[in-house]
Amino acid sequence: MKRFAQLFAELDRSTATLAKVDALKRYFAVAAQRDAAWAVYFLAGGKPRQVVPSGVMWATACRAAGIDEWLFDACYQAVGDFSETVAHVLPPAAHESDLGLADWIEDRLLTLRGLSPEEQAARVASYWNELDSSCRFLLNKLIGGSFRVGVSKLLVQRALAEHAGIDAKLVAQRMMGYTDGRIAPTAERYTRLTTSIEAGVLDLGQPYPFFLAHQLDLPHAEFAAKLSAPEDWIVEWKYDGIRAQVVKRARQVWVWSRGEELVTERFPEIVAAVATLPDGTVLDGEIVVWKDGKVQPFALLQQRIGRKLLGKKVLADAPVGFIAYDVLELEGVDLREQPQVERRARLEALAAGHDAIHLSPVEVRHSWAELAELRHESRARGVEGFMLKHRQARYGTGRRKQDDLAAGTWWKWKIDPLSIDCVLVYAQAGHGRRASVYTDYTFAVWNRRPADAAEALAVVDHIARREPAVPESLQLVPFAKAYSGLTDEEFKVVDRIIRRDTLEKFGPVRSVKPSLVFELGFEGINRSTRHKSGIAVRFPRMLRIRDDKPLHEADTMAELEALLRLQHGSVAPAGKETAAAEAASGADG
Amino acid sequence: MDRADLVVQRREGLYCPAGDFYIDPWQPVERAVITHAHADHSRRGHTRYLAAAPAEGVLRTRLGEIDLQTLEYGEAIDHFGVRLSFHPAGHVLGSAQVRLEQEGRVWVASGDYYVAGLHADTAEDNQTCAPFEPVRCHCFITESTFGLPIYRWQPQAELFADIDGWWRGNAETGRASLLMGYSFGKAQRILKGVDRTIGPIFVHGAVEPLNRAYRAAGVDLPETRMATEVKDKAEFRNALIVAPPSVQGSTWTRRFGDYSDAFASGWMQLRGARRRRAVDRGFVLSDHADWPGLQRAIAATGAERVIVTHGYEAVMVRWLGDQGLEAGSFQTEYGSDDDEDPPPAT
Repeated sequence: MKRFAQLFAELDRSTATLAKVDALKRYFAVAAQRDAAWAVYFLAGGKPRQVVPSGVMWATACRAAGIDEWLFDACYQAVGDFSETVAHVLPPAAHESDLGLADWIEDRLLTLRGLSPEEQAARVASYWNELDSSCRFLLNKLIGGSFRVGVSKLLVQRALAEHAGIDAKLVAQRMMGYTDGRIAPTAERYTRLTTSIEAGVLDLGQPYPFFLAHQLDLPHAEFAAKLSAPEDWIVEWKYDGIRAQVVKRARQVWVWSRGEELVTERFPEIVAAVATLPDGTVLDGEIVVWKDGKVQPFALLQQRIGRKLLGKKVLADAPVGFIAYDVLELEGVDLREQPQVERRARLEALAAGHDAIHLSPVEVRHSWAELAELRHESRARGVEGFMLKHRQARYGTGRRKQDDLAAGTWWKWKIDPLSIDCVLVYAQAGHGRRASVYTDYTFAVWNRRPADAAEALAVVDHIARREPAVPESLQLVPFAKAYSGLTDEEFKVVDRIIRRDTLEKFGPVRSVKPSLVFELGFEGINRSTRHKSGIAVRFPRMLRIRDDKPLHEADTMAELEALLRLQHGSVAPAGKETAAAEAASGADG
Repeated sequence: MDRADLVVQRREGLYCPAGDFYIDPWQPVERAVITHAHADHSRRGHTRYLAAAPAEGVLRTRLGEIDLQTLEYGEAIDHFGVRLSFHPAGHVLGSAQVRLEQEGRVWVASGDYYVAGLHADTAEDNQTCAPFEPVRCHCFITESTFGLPIYRWQPQAELFADIDGWWRGNAETGRASLLMGYSFGKAQRILKGVDRTIGPIFVHGAVEPLNRAYRAAGVDLPETRMATEVKDKAEFRNALIVAPPSVQGSTWTRRFGDYSDAFASGWMQLRGARRRRAVDRGFVLSDHADWPGLQRAIAATGAERVIVTHGYEAVMVRWLGDQGLEAGSFQTEYGSDDDEDPPPAT
């Protein structure tokens, strides 16, 4: 455990890739195999479910530290992380344990599940008493199922490969499913990752590591110069669904999500479709809700996510389909080194004979400007924009960006987000590196257009005097929360204003005198019965602070309604897209 | 209340009505009693200053020509029936608590002070100035910069072993070690605490004048040279450079070539703060009392009434009330210039 805590500290404080790989290699060189097995599991993103309820942990921490709950809570507000708060408030340990990571996990941590709260509390308190501050922090993270550190799975694979002297791609493939939690990490499984001889046949359902795409932030006028001509690229519509790999081998089907989770049972429609394919086939594509012969909004798919028991109603309301865009294996042969265009041809040939598999449509135009024009249909088509894949590219591993834009990277050429100008009304301190800084904001729009600046300011005064809103009068309606998009400097400025203009504190939340207008961007908008405003937005983030916009010019519910209509394809887009999108369309036209 | 309080809060600062003087005022006043020379406690523009004698050098270094009267620690003067004396606060060179006595009542204003741990241990004293001295009183005005149970300082020997280990490791790979900390107080504690045999030590121009004041006061600091005087950059390869936080990301640091950076502050206790700083290492080194230190200092005064200033006032007031003490708070304007004092988010 100590050695793992030391590795964690080294990874946590370093930002240099090389230093991280070195730290990992030093760890693998000395760690016992069964300890390393668990270390790889956690570092690569494996998360066992929380074994002790938060309430029990919280109460046990207060007792062990000898402080009242309100004081522990004040500490938590300053730290922004439960595990770390506990590590800081406890008195020093009585003695320190030399137990290895695997023993800690298998004998002490996993066995906590299902015990009575009293027994859990007693054991956790005794564990804390034999660990130093950094180990306590880690133990709490592992118990809470919230361990995270700044290394990518790719980096762990690279370090393992360098440690074992084998190819990183081989480690990557052997590691597929390693963290899905079905089988516990063991010395034997760890050895299988790093053995230098070909370890025979892989697990039957083993998929390939996903090749991940990058965002393309470039005006299309520069595409020709930087990416080359559109003829060199395969241009596909980008669907907003769940990225998945389907595997058909030995008359069996496996469905893997991008998170390397085996999700076969959740999508019986996909299993039925893939079952018609020949053995030795692996496809990469997108799971979407497919109804009336077309793709449905992501909101419908959300009903299927996280649901393990599928009732008849859900299956009828949100039937899924698989849109294939790549073939990685055919007749048992690995095709990943073949050029994209070759794989596409094989995929088309395969799909031609199997109706159950939808093919991702390809668009061919002779100029990027024409494609940019076509991209404006994205929202009406219910897609996120285009994917650009070089015709000669192989199927890579993970997220690998290259300086040469025309090389093998997959590019996401997404449309600009929907946006709305709204008013900051509540704020809460962030977590992690934003602890003690107000970075989580709630935004509101006007329920109707204010007549003028004076009417808006009268409402602000009303709020500042903490008087309840008069029904039917002009009001600010909260509709979204966001905590990303600003720079650290901008957060600092806003933090200062929030502290100055706080009206009331409700626990960690502050109500703020309305004064700041933000441009909020989001990917989608839907009706929702769970929100007071009746609206839910998807992936909201702050695009910028609108210092130039007076309060009364912030948007209203009417503009949100207009975006709703725009998103769901009805006529007359009375709403607006971002200025950037307007400018772009102006240039094209 | 039959008798007026010895210290009250006014727009200009903490005020003693009986003596008609202010303690660390933030607006210009006639008579200012100064606890220590940090910029937020000793501002320009007062007519007359009174401070502890060991503070004279650093005060004049920072404020230039001022009308300054000093008292040795423990030496008392009487002023309008108020007896005033200074007592070491252990925060920085010359820092003092102000003891006020009138007709048998004693109030002590702590200014900023440094006391670490629940039990007295000379190894944990600030080694660059007179250590904190508990003063019995009826009412104690205390700071609360680190007034939360999450703040417990590690033993100084461990801390400096960590700093030395970082410096030595860098020196072995030919990298300069840039350690940033407040130029008055923190910088000198770093210089005093590190292993001076590892390599040469350079400082920023903001640090050296204060080093001179410390040396003049008899504090043994290692030899330091100004980083800007170095001609041959190879000299930096095994060096420690001590500089104020403002140099982070500035062109001043370019002269060091490949270097590792670190930051020394009590706030480095928290992972979030370390990550926000974006430096290679955060060392938890503070000139303020940690939570156990605050408890110990307050208990040692024997005060039945405690008034909490700058920091976690609300938390401290509630906690002290739970301990059966009469507790209140003053709203001050300290902490705005000292980079150790960002306001808490509660």
